Amino acid sequence: MQSTLIALVEDKPGVLNRVASLFRRRAFNIESLAVGHTEKPGISRMTIVVDSSRTDVEMVVQNLLKLVNVIRVEDVTEVPTVMRDLALVKVRSGDGATRAEIMQLVDTFRARVVDVGLKTLMVEVTGTDDKISGLVDVLRPYGIEEMVRTGRVAMARGGVGTDRELTA
Amino acid sequence: MKKTGAEIVWEMLNREGVKVVFGIPGGAIMHTYHPRQDYDIHHVLMRHEQCAAHAADGYARVSGKVGVAIATSGPGATNLVTGIATAALDSSPIVCITGQVQTYLIGTDAFQEVDITGITLPITKHNYLVTDINELAYTIHEAFHIARSGRPGPVLIDLPKDIQIASTEFEPPEGDISLPGYRPVAPASAAAVQRAAEFINTAKRPVVLAGQGVLMSGAMQELRSFAEKAQVPVALTLLGKGGFPESHPLALGMMGMHGEAFVNQAIQEADLILAFGMRFDDRVTGTLATYSPNARRVHVDADAAELNKIVKVDVPILGDLRQVLTQLLPLVAPATHPEWLAQIDAWRGDSHFRNILNRPENGRLVAAHFINDIWEATKGEAIVVSDVGQHQMWTAQFYRNDLPNSVVTSGGLGTMGFGLPAAIGAQFAQPDREVWVIAGDGGFQMTMHDLGTIIQEKLPIKIALSDNGYLGMVRQWQEFFYDKRYESTRLVNPDFVKLVEAYGIPAWRATNRAEARTAIAEARATDGPTFIDFQIADVGEDGNVYPMVPSGAALHEMIRRSQPDHTTD
Repeated sequence: MQSTLIALVEDKPGVLNRVASLFRRRAFNIESLAVGHTEKPGISRMTIVVDSSRTDVEMVVQNLLKLVNVIRVEDVTEVPTVMRDLALVKVRSGDGATRAEIMQLVDTFRARVVDVGLKTLMVEVTGTDDKISGLVDVLRPYGIEEMVRTGRVAMARGGVGTDRELTA
Repeated sequence: MKKTGAEIVWEMLNREGVKVVFGIPGGAIMHTYHPRQDYDIHHVLMRHEQCAAHAADGYARVSGKVGVAIATSGPGATNLVTGIATAALDSSPIVCITGQVQTYLIGTDAFQEVDITGITLPITKHNYLVTDINELAYTIHEAFHIARSGRPGPVLIDLPKDIQIASTEFEPPEGDISLPGYRPVAPASAAAVQRAAEFINTAKRPVVLAGQGVLMSGAMQELRSFAEKAQVPVALTLLGKGGFPESHPLALGMMGMHGEAFVNQAIQEADLILAFGMRFDDRVTGTLATYSPNARRVHVDADAAELNKIVKVDVPILGDLRQVLTQLLPLVAPATHPEWLAQIDAWRGDSHFRNILNRPENGRLVAAHFINDIWEATKGEAIVVSDVGQHQMWTAQFYRNDLPNSVVTSGGLGTMGFGLPAAIGAQFAQPDREVWVIAGDGGFQMTMHDLGTIIQEKLPIKIALSDNGYLGMVRQWQEFFYDKRYESTRLVNPDFVKLVEAYGIPAWRATNRAEARTAIAEARATDGPTFIDFQIADVGEDGNVYPMVPSGAALHEMIRRSQPDHTTD
């Protein structure tokens, strides 16, 4: 079981360290943590995926809120949300026939080839965790040279922003 | 008006109402020390930075104000760490100011550079590295606010040397503090308070578990009114001592690992537990599987992260305890619980018979004797600062206390060496009250260098050494749970009387009850600091703390002092 939390934090030195240190210290089990800027200067946004079978999500929320630099925390697990993960996969392409085969698979997953090397292709895929894992599974037999995933980012559908109180 | 960073520090401390700070100068902080004499703030020169943090902590616990410790960079800062962690675990409001290497040297492993904000991140409520002189005044203002508000705790400000030297136009921060992510305590939910009242009004066997939150929110009177109106007996945590008078008929005494058996029994048999400002530490619950199995549970705390953390409760109430009790009181119906109180009294009688003070003396001095004698001599009105170990539990059991903010001890972290330096802070908080330190011979030797601070500051602290020649609590565990293999717990000690006399402090040695009483009387009649080496029984029943819940056992499964032969008197 996974829960997805969105945290708005002050964009100050060491804030990521404070959050990461909290997870380690309280022995919270985290699947992924993605950080980036928001539409508002000075505010960063974290998407945190918690293994809720091993960690009490409410404790994660309350402890995050205790950090002075954490402004807001929202559990979006139960609300309609767009969730995306991005992966770059470098896969062995071999001869022309294999390369064409891989490119067909990539099309099926609505992924993109973003770099073509002599012996490899780099594939960019965006989507839910399941979709990316699905593509990775079918690419694996060809030989994956290298892979990176960003971790999940999430945004609730419709309505107003998570940081509505900040922008008001 | 232009001021240097160093001047801004003192200017801001002054504005926060600071009268005394505890510290040690050094290379990276001496620039801040330089203008100190121009301000009406006393600096206490400690002998170790750990003690500076403990003294600030002791000051905070007794005064209810923020304590301040100052240290240099590197080793000065790392020496604070144990003191900061101690304050963090016991929610004590202290502000630590550390020197740091120049901002342009940070990250270069410069002389005496250490990442103290990184090191203290998990043991502070918040911390700062100041890199802009223009933010210094506001940072100090904010630090004090965070330290003292909500659930209090330690805050550290790391101050690079070039920031101390730089100057800027000083404008004192005015108005409210703007911290978008900081929410100290919101008013409690009226519905939750109403639900708690319904539970209270239908309970047959209610018990209050009162913790340090009673003292921190200043809810002593409210708790008393509540307990009296609803006739609910009150058990205390170690740090809750002082929150409810122990001489009150509804007072049960201390709960937990070394609490009285009848208190733990009451908790286990209760049908409603009201946890007021306590956090279900493993030292008060025993194993959770069998904890208060029949009780509905109400938990009031100022920290949302404490609700449902250890023990799942039926009514969690987030709020300031004093306000919650004020809301609760009119909703609670006057009640009596004669059967329940009679049952508890029956259990209490058994504890009374087993109490070592009610046994015939066998000629050996035990800790209960001298602690009881100090209690009698001081009419229970002294500020008592204990260290950590067996004597800490004996002090909690035998120095019965009615006064708030008068019992100081390291509860959560259990820091040996805390007692003596914390007493220094306590004495500064209450210069006119009698302060006693009760320390074991193990813990005392961890910070006894600060006897130097006591004589330098001419502090009239009365030190009682509970001297059994062992790391006694560890020895007791070895006796009970480790096949009586006394591994590395026997201490070969110096002549403590001579040692203390070398500081010019009058000292006595007591090996029996009569000597103990005489020494206490003579020490109290002596101006200034005194020291008594109470040489107490080291092993066997006289040397152990009873009762005891073994680690991992249920709260009511206690190891108890044997029944006396004549329980009929």
